[in-house]
Amino acid sequence: MKKYQNVTIKGTKEGLTLHLDDTCSYSDLKEELDQKLSESSKSQSDKLISVMVQVGNRYLTADQKEELRELIRQKKNLVVDTINSNVITKQEAEAERIAHEVVSIAKIVRSGQVLEVSGDLLLIGDVNPGGTVKAGGNIYILGALKGIAHAGCSGNREAVIAASVMKPSQLRIEECLNRAPDHYPGEDGREMECAYIDENNQITIDRLQALMNIRPNLSKLQGGF
Amino acid sequence: MGEAIVITSGKGGVGKTTTSANVGTALALQGKKVCLVDTDIGLRNLDVVMGLENRIIYDLVDVVEGRCKIHQALVKDKRFEDLLYLLPAAQTSDKNAVSPEQMKVLIDELKQDYDYIVIDCPAGIEQGYRNAVAGADHAIVVTTPEVSAVRDADRIIGLLEKEEGISAPRLIINRIRNHLMKNGDMLDVDEITTHLSIDLIGIVADDDEVIKASNHGEPIALNPNSKASIAYRNIARRILGESVPLQSFEEDQAGMFSKIKKFFGVK
Repeated sequence: MKKYQNVTIKGTKEGLTLHLDDTCSYSDLKEELDQKLSESSKSQSDKLISVMVQVGNRYLTADQKEELRELIRQKKNLVVDTINSNVITKQEAEAERIAHEVVSIAKIVRSGQVLEVSGDLLLIGDVNPGGTVKAGGNIYILGALKGIAHAGCSGNREAVIAASVMKPSQLRIEECLNRAPDHYPGEDGREMECAYIDENNQITIDRLQALMNIRPNLSKLQGGF
Repeated sequence: MGEAIVITSGKGGVGKTTTSANVGTALALQGKKVCLVDTDIGLRNLDVVMGLENRIIYDLVDVVEGRCKIHQALVKDKRFEDLLYLLPAAQTSDKNAVSPEQMKVLIDELKQDYDYIVIDCPAGIEQGYRNAVAGADHAIVVTTPEVSAVRDADRIIGLLEKEEGISAPRLIINRIRNHLMKNGDMLDVDEITTHLSIDLIGIVADDDEVIKASNHGEPIALNPNSKASIAYRNIARRILGESVPLQSFEEDQAGMFSKIKKFFGVK
């Protein structure tokens, strides 16, 4: 006889939460989940109920997650919203780290060269005409940007491009594209600027200082100073 | 053991061959033993500029394919005692007749006997370029003050920086026209050097004498009175490690002005 249950169901304001024990075997868990849901879901109305699944310290593969979703979905009006686990694999952790890392590079990106990083890019140098920089996140250039910069290239609309000298031939953020004017009027007024996608889905160029209001999430510092 | 210097540019027509001929000549004038190597196989013309065309018997491809010994293919420049030689390119084959590995072996062999090997690179970034840079220790990038030439120079510098065994490339700005540069109608020297951010080793003014001399098969560096000649000689001295200040084009202007003044004064 079992002393405690492997599956507990709790109702919250957001919906149902399924707590799945992380010490029993996966097959036991599945079996009990199936049983529990079958007896409890009979008297419910047609309305869909979103379910949050908490699996504790159990690691679930993508297949297992799919299996659980399937199992819960079969009970007519339950839909799995999220599956939360306390553990991730090393690969996932590494991918996460890389995606949030600021990669600093001291180089000149010359014509014909493509520099690509998956996180944020901090370039200490120039991007010359014909050169391209791409980043999954934001792009910060301490030198002059005269080539092409593509921020948020893996789908991040919040990404920004900042450069000490902003004279790009093209700016791209996620799917948005902005071509440079055919002639830059004058020499000045192109220093310390940033580019971002505004509310009209257009890439806008502004003073660097405007970023702190437009993208407050850029500040990673906790607390004040 | 000598040093091999490749003269390259990416873009065609900026003066690689003229620069190779004159830098080689100027180095020989400084008493160094120099071998010029033309790697523009199929479109050779370093021999024409040097005036050695009709003395060619064997060429680079003959050497690589073992049809002759290397010293048989070398053409001696009689204007210099025993200092200046040319290894001409073949005119009948194309760039694929030689591989970078073969070129490296060839250049290494030449380095045993010469102080400087000056390699004239063909335009472009394909096989011919790869052959030319294969054996080189140093690289000189030639550009003109035009946006297109600077763009290609930038590309070629990027490629050279990736190349192992070649020191940081240095820059020659060729065909400078002072009046255009002054009016801002042409990129100026500072603009080009900051843009490319490599060391400048020389600037050469646009000079009709250069074209005249090339057509006569006599490198301008042999004529001590021309501005371009002095520029090439200065480059050779800088290659040898001397520090020579950049030529100024200002005095030329002043000269013109005083000439006009004089002209009016006389009248």
